[in-house]
Amino acid sequence: MIQIKNVHKSFDDLAVLKGINLTVNKGEALSIIGGSGSGKSTLLYCINAIESIQQGQILVDDIDVHASHTNQDKLRQKLGMVFQQWNAFPHLTVLENAALAPRIVKKMRKEEAIEIAKKELIHVGLGDKLDMYPTKMSGGQQQRLAIARALAMRPDYMLFDEITSALDPELVGEVLDTLRMLRDDGITMICVTHEIAFAREVSDTVAYFHQGVIEEIGPPEQVISNPQKQTTQHFLRKVL
Amino acid sequence: MGLSLFTPLSWNDAGFILTGIWNTVIISLVAILVGTLLGLIVGFIRSASNQLVNALLGSILDVLRSVPLIIQLILFSTYVGAIGHPLPPFAAGSIILSLYAMAFMSEVFRGGFNSVPPSMPLAARALGMNAWQTIIYIRLPIGLRTVFPSWLGVALSVIKDSALVSVIGYMELLRTSEQLISRTQQPLEILIGVGIFYFLISYPLSLYGKHIERKMAL
Amino acid sequence: MDYEFHWSIVWRHMPEMLQGAFVTLHVSVLSMLIGILIATPLAIAKLNHNKFFSPIATVWVEIARNTPGLFQIYMAYFGLGALGIHLSPYVAVLCALAFVNTGYLTETFRGGFQSIPKTQYSAAKSLGMSRFQSYRHIILPQMFRRIYHPMTNQFIWAILMSSLGILVGMNELSGETQRLQSLSFRTLEFFIVAAVMYFIITKLVLLSTALIARKLFKGEI
Repeated sequence: MIQIKNVHKSFDDLAVLKGINLTVNKGEALSIIGGSGSGKSTLLYCINAIESIQQGQILVDDIDVHASHTNQDKLRQKLGMVFQQWNAFPHLTVLENAALAPRIVKKMRKEEAIEIAKKELIHVGLGDKLDMYPTKMSGGQQQRLAIARALAMRPDYMLFDEITSALDPELVGEVLDTLRMLRDDGITMICVTHEIAFAREVSDTVAYFHQGVIEEIGPPEQVISNPQKQTTQHFLRKVL
Repeated sequence: MGLSLFTPLSWNDAGFILTGIWNTVIISLVAILVGTLLGLIVGFIRSASNQLVNALLGSILDVLRSVPLIIQLILFSTYVGAIGHPLPPFAAGSIILSLYAMAFMSEVFRGGFNSVPPSMPLAARALGMNAWQTIIYIRLPIGLRTVFPSWLGVALSVIKDSALVSVIGYMELLRTSEQLISRTQQPLEILIGVGIFYFLISYPLSLYGKHIERKMAL
Repeated sequence: MDYEFHWSIVWRHMPEMLQGAFVTLHVSVLSMLIGILIATPLAIAKLNHNKFFSPIATVWVEIARNTPGLFQIYMAYFGLGALGIHLSPYVAVLCALAFVNTGYLTETFRGGFQSIPKTQYSAAKSLGMSRFQSYRHIILPQMFRRIYHPMTNQFIWAILMSSLGILVGMNELSGETQRLQSLSFRTLEFFIVAAVMYFIITKLVLLSTALIARKLFKGEI
């Protein structure tokens, strides 16, 4: 379970998160929507301890993410994260990309790491690209590689930060299909996304972020199909 | 009157010339090796540290690059002699040539490290890698991927500049040939031979560097 | 062990040191001008694949780039001497510097020219410019921006390499320093001052070329 309790975060004097409260249970899918600058990506960075917070608390399976005694490297093994920019490591093949972290972080035997990496890569449909270098692949394929690479760490939670927004439109579909598949596998995930239709389809809960606060939260039928707040209605009219 | 001060070049000089060649090769290799290692460390520190450290290191390197190598060699070997710890030419020459190589190589490596998009180490950290693992497995290999041609360029210039170590008495190829010239009075033949030697080392390697560069551009 | 520095003798010879620095600048500037003059036609020959001059340019470039500076100076001084062409130390160093500058600048010019995208010609033509006009107003100004920085580097390199004049008894900064220290044996003092002077010279050159660039390119680089 991920618990976010009254989290405040600012960059210098710019307040980005102003008291966020959220809970994501095992097996749930949460989508976060909202305009740029609403703080939605920052929240993911805070959950993954890439960014610090000024106030409040984030608990991942009851581990306090920002407590000084927390081993954040260890904690990140619980949290798989995929970024907007597909960060395929250009000096490694597709298979090596996915097998590296299990081998050096989880100290698996090489064969075991390769086994797991292969399985995840086949799962996201890259089984025929194992020995390729990622620079030769499309953005959609590289993004699927990034997903498999994160999954190979067998994380308990997946964090997706606008993973389709840097893709050419014709490549968005294949990545969303991969996410749907993970959803069917029952993986717990938080998706920051611009794909409203996708959010409606896969999420248990949708949160609309506006200027650092959660303006509206609830099941997609409510937040997306029947928004209560004016700001939400306004936002949805613009993007739909 | 039949006696001549000068004796022409002969096969007996081959051993002498080979020693000169060997000395050139060995001091170049030492300087390239040490310069690369130090350059890697300094280049990485510069790419990873704050502006103050950077400016400090940068100005030291700047001095090494802005004072002619020949002056550095004379100064250093005179200095260690003056304070009572004279060094043999090979040691003094290796130290200065290595530092000189470091000054240029650290710039090459720094450029490489700076070219790694910051999102790469971020992604590595998100996978649970610690700071050291991120350096060893991600930043170093990605940063070094593209710098080979520039590194090779510096290495080749170190080989050529090694000729200057002759001023502090190191018997490398050019000084060897200088002595042969004063004995044989055949400067043209000997110098052309020396030129061909450097060319044969430098030209193929520079072609190889260009080839790699072109391959990387694709 | 302690070494006692005596600086007064260096100050006494400062006028000669400055004179040496002037010769250093002098020979470097001249070698750059000669280099630019010869490299321009050579680069054009290479770009046009001129049957006769293009191979000459290639050989020139490769010899200049793949042999040591000291070798080139020895060739000009001792090598040509053996052919009966006796050059003064100044002229020998000037020739060697100009030879190398030509080699590197030929490549710089060629690369700078090739880096201008072909679409720039088409764009200029589509605006109705003549061939001469497109070169004068579109191609050459862009090329000049790209070769300016490498040319500055080459100039700095020439200043540093001219220090090899010390080995053929030239009276530039290093040679002059060598002569002066041999009169008093204050080797360290004289060469430290020479090192500082080289540092200042290169910084002043970089500063002035940067100022000129700002004037010429109005903040575009």
